[in-house]
Amino acid sequence: MQKTRNHGDRIHGDIVFETRDLRIGAIQPDGSEIRIVKGVDFQVRRGEVVALIGESGSGKTTISLSALGYAKPGLSFTGGEALLLGQDVTRMSVDELRPLRGISVAYLAQSAAATFNPSIKINEQVTEAPVLHGTKTQAEADARALELYRALELPDPETIGDRYPHQVSGGQLQRLMAAMALCGDPELLVLDEPTTALDVTTQIEVLKAFKKVIKEEGAAAIYVTHDLAVVAQIADRVVVLYNGEIKEAGPVEEVIDRSKHPYTTRLMDAIRPMPEAGQGDASSDEHLREAPALEARGVDAGYGGIDSSGRPAVPVLRDIDVAIQRGKTVGIIGESGCGKSTLARVYAGLLPAASGDIYLDGERLSPDLAGRTREQLRKVQFVYQMADTALNPRQRIRDILGRPIDFYRTAEGMTRRQRVEQLLEMVELPVQFADRYPHELSGGQKQRVNLARALAANPEVVLCDEVTSALDTIVAANVIELLKRLQRETGVSFVFISHDLSTVSSFADEIVVLYAGMVAEQGPTDRVLSPPFHPYTRLLVSSVPEPRVGWLEEAAATREAKAGASGAVTLTETGCPFFARCPLAIPGTCETVDPPTLDDGNGHVIECHRSLAELSA
Amino acid sequence: MSNDATLPPSTGAHPDLIGGLPDGEQTEHFVAPFEHGVSFDELPDAPPKARFRPSLTGWIGIVIVAFWIAIAVFGPLLAPYGENDLPFPDDYSEFQAPREGAPLGTDVEDRDILSRIMYGAGRTIGIAFAATVMAYALGVVLGIGAAVSGPKVDMVMSRINDAFLSLPTIMLGLVVVAAVGSSIPVLIATAGLIYATVVFRLARALGMEIMVMDFVEAARARGEGRWWIITREIWPNAAMPLITDFGLRLIYVILFISSLSFLGLGVQPPQADWGSMVRENLGALQYGQSIIPVLAPALSIATLTVAINLIVDDVSAQAGGRLSKRL
Amino acid sequence: MTGLILRRLGIGLVTVLAVSVIIFFGTKILPGDVAQIRLGQAATEENVAAFRERLGLDRPYWQQYLGWLSNFLRGDLGISLASDVPITNLIADRYQNTIIVSGLTALIGVPVSLMLGITAAMFPGSLYDRVLTFVSVSLVAAPEFFTATLLVLLFVFALDLGNAVVVGSTEGKGFFELIAHFALPIATLSFVIASQLIRMSRAAVLNVMSSPYIEMAILKGVPRGRIIFRHALLNAIGPIVNVVALNLAYLVTGVIVVEVYFAYPGLATLIVQGVQSRDYVLIQGLGMIFCLTYVVLMLIADIAAYASNPRLRHPK
Repeated sequence: MQKTRNHGDRIHGDIVFETRDLRIGAIQPDGSEIRIVKGVDFQVRRGEVVALIGESGSGKTTISLSALGYAKPGLSFTGGEALLLGQDVTRMSVDELRPLRGISVAYLAQSAAATFNPSIKINEQVTEAPVLHGTKTQAEADARALELYRALELPDPETIGDRYPHQVSGGQLQRLMAAMALCGDPELLVLDEPTTALDVTTQIEVLKAFKKVIKEEGAAAIYVTHDLAVVAQIADRVVVLYNGEIKEAGPVEEVIDRSKHPYTTRLMDAIRPMPEAGQGDASSDEHLREAPALEARGVDAGYGGIDSSGRPAVPVLRDIDVAIQRGKTVGIIGESGCGKSTLARVYAGLLPAASGDIYLDGERLSPDLAGRTREQLRKVQFVYQMADTALNPRQRIRDILGRPIDFYRTAEGMTRRQRVEQLLEMVELPVQFADRYPHELSGGQKQRVNLARALAANPEVVLCDEVTSALDTIVAANVIELLKRLQRETGVSFVFISHDLSTVSSFADEIVVLYAGMVAEQGPTDRVLSPPFHPYTRLLVSSVPEPRVGWLEEAAATREAKAGASGAVTLTETGCPFFARCPLAIPGTCETVDPPTLDDGNGHVIECHRSLAELSA
Repeated sequence: MSNDATLPPSTGAHPDLIGGLPDGEQTEHFVAPFEHGVSFDELPDAPPKARFRPSLTGWIGIVIVAFWIAIAVFGPLLAPYGENDLPFPDDYSEFQAPREGAPLGTDVEDRDILSRIMYGAGRTIGIAFAATVMAYALGVVLGIGAAVSGPKVDMVMSRINDAFLSLPTIMLGLVVVAAVGSSIPVLIATAGLIYATVVFRLARALGMEIMVMDFVEAARARGEGRWWIITREIWPNAAMPLITDFGLRLIYVILFISSLSFLGLGVQPPQADWGSMVRENLGALQYGQSIIPVLAPALSIATLTVAINLIVDDVSAQAGGRLSKRL
Repeated sequence: MTGLILRRLGIGLVTVLAVSVIIFFGTKILPGDVAQIRLGQAATEENVAAFRERLGLDRPYWQQYLGWLSNFLRGDLGISLASDVPITNLIADRYQNTIIVSGLTALIGVPVSLMLGITAAMFPGSLYDRVLTFVSVSLVAAPEFFTATLLVLLFVFALDLGNAVVVGSTEGKGFFELIAHFALPIATLSFVIASQLIRMSRAAVLNVMSSPYIEMAILKGVPRGRIIFRHALLNAIGPIVNVVALNLAYLVTGVIVVEVYFAYPGLATLIVQGVQSRDYVLIQGLGMIFCLTYVVLMLIADIAAYASNPRLRHPK
């Protein structure tokens, strides 16, 4: 494809990709068209990363795929042009497109796990495009792949290509996909949410690797994401999309610091900056006098059978002590697999604890559902992450909300109908929604119904399991506002489980940091988020992307990021599970001896072998 | 659009700045026109699809099935002769070609084939329908029961079921008929029991799938009893896939009963039944006399089962995406 | 994966035992006394008692069962009640007939159907695909004797190619002569399994073709042929082998009807005769042979499904 490159240079100067009034739609069986992309113009110049940002339904992925001349099944190009190196790819046949794909333009998908063929070794897939298209011999491609594996800081670069995709970790596979895209030395890279599925501490590594290779290769890139903070790290220019149209576009500093379109402003507002450390909360020790609403003491839990010593076959939680104060919000944070949802299920009685106890209003609760009274069940309600599966698709909203009202007799002088309408008003939904089925509602609306069902029980504690994770940024921000208002009005306690520290910290009174099934640190929000830090908390805090240019370089340079990048997460029998990733680890001690509990006062505790002074540094 | 950060957002028409800028100029900041106070609502989920509308092949299936149901109900009233009457007692001869008074000719005992097909329709369809209903009643109750019971009960029930499922159905039928002889109640019970194993597996799988859904767990966490969970949470969601499968199962039961009858182990002569009619008249082929005595009953079964399959295929093709999305 | 296969083999063994129990005791609930039926009403009580003792019918059921099972495992299927001949002798003449017909069906029907199913999946929605789908949807629901009748209509009545009934010696005949000799039964069975095979193999390939890694291959500019033969088929082979084994198992059922239709001297006609004459020893022996074949094929289907999973093939 060397020829095309020269050709492109001569005629089109710097522009690698350009859309002109691009329109993409779905043609219905009756001939009508549903317009997905409604006339979009933007350019990508050599060496430049252009971010397409928007929420679901904005058409950002559809637009990015047009660079490969590809429309998803059911969609077709209905107008305008998409010029790759001066050629309109929307009007090319598959045979004409084939030599461009993988060589002039390459694609990185959101889930590497799904985009690697499970039956073919990694190296063959990485080198496939240049070898097939004849731009490289197999030996040249292998050498190039090895170079990329090294540049992407993959472990065992010489042998990793001989493995099958399921034999490497998710973060590694994501970087291997970047190697696959870059192996053909494309002029343009299309990256579709390549870090969205990763944990924050992994994301930072992958982002850094992407940014480095894009810069070194001098390739142009289209970066599709919903996350403005990520955009700030990687993009030179930003295109903000809403409903298939460009709302704002410009250099990244311009759009982020001086956004002018109200939609961009709302997107920016929905990102919650980390609260400044040290804003002391005077009331933080007041609660200690009162008995907590819900409390876990010494809880061990897991899946599978329980052996004679009381340990489950697959242990998930070890020795958990977490109390939820009345009218407060406890945020539980940790990476996927750390056991945060399991803890909520133990509280709710859905998963009986293997040992340890749960107390409600100072009263010991039965570990399983069957042993709890209806009144006890009423007081602790659970809200699921996916409203799609949490609401029975065969029941109307009226019945979904009505059942707990009847079951727990919480109508309190109102008719059932009035109470349902009151609940809908509480979660800011129109009362007419009572007659709808769940599939007639949008994702955010369903999540509100999901929340209203929990409130219908007049609970004392509501366990919210990642309730905003599946929602778009703005919708999620609105749900958080709603939760805050409901707490003010009803005095309910929330347990807010999330992998997203910025969401939790904007909202929770207290934070519990879980790592591999153990509490690493807990206490009032402002104290947990300021020194002294548990080393893992410090890694988490430094990994949350901030919507400002240059953050990534600072964050990646911290000792936590360097130490935390690799190392397996496993629940250990003894010792501190964070040992393998900890920059402060004391070999010989941390992995063999359970860490002592350091009390900072005011309910702030850290489980670590280092002293508070060392952790403050 | 604006290059100047202090300018208020423009509300008027705007030139296409990005497309028009000369190469190299990187300072453009495009802002789409907007009105203040306009909210940016969450984009709606895909609109709900239209109700089921049969395609052409679906309609063909519906018409044929309706035709056979009508014959099954009214056949004996409409048939020109009784099922064992001889239309031409003075002119006795087996396998007569179609002639006036017997549009499909006569069979091995010189009976009117058309009349026997009309009588046989009710028997074939009736037995198959009764057996399928029985298979469903048993299979659904036990299957969903196993799904909501503890793992031990489920294990025992599933293992026993698997043993029966690992036998070819015809072989099971042969053993039963060999043991207790053949009659219509035996046929219904045999087919019902054999196919209950298949329905059990399906209902159990569906029940299991729904049991792990969050809305069922939410009901359990609320403290709902088992009966509520089965009738209000699981059944409404399992009903549609089970009803679609009913059609498919009916086809297999019709084929099973017809095969048994064809082997001489199902409906016994002189009662007319489509499968046994094929067997009785096989001789017609051997002498190369006429194919109608064999073809007519075989074609009757085939049109019925193929027509049901066309409907099932149509329903599952249209409902497939919707069902899986809802679940 | 070895563990999984061993586990599946274990389950297969348990299944075979369960099947033998079902078959043995299923035939034991026969109303009336076997000895009385066998010897007729005229037999004296002493004769009946002697006969019962000879067959071991006076022993407890579980002893009879164990004796029968160990004899079966040693290849002794007992003596036919109807004809007083060892079952093994009865089978000897017929088993090869059945094997020839099912074997030739598998040899011809399976590759042709797979080719049709896979090519249909390569061009989904094309006229070729739609015609094939319609034909297989129709055929899959039609009874075997309907398909057989259509073929008789075509070969015998329309083309006048000869007698519909196949009886006669297979000795000394070559491969193609055998095919011609058995054309009608083989054609019927091929159609019956083809309709299933085409549908299922098409679905297996389409399922793989809609996965994200195929879309990725398209976006890498991989040519169509390589996408299908390297990226898709590699992942579809397991499901396809599974489908083939399931359909061969179905042949066991299909062959019964087809043998009877064509009055063909195979094992299946023998077992139907056994049922009619209430020769329970014959039913037990032949039933076990049929069920064993079926169970083994289902076992192969399941193992193929395991083997198709790369996670199991290449553990971490």
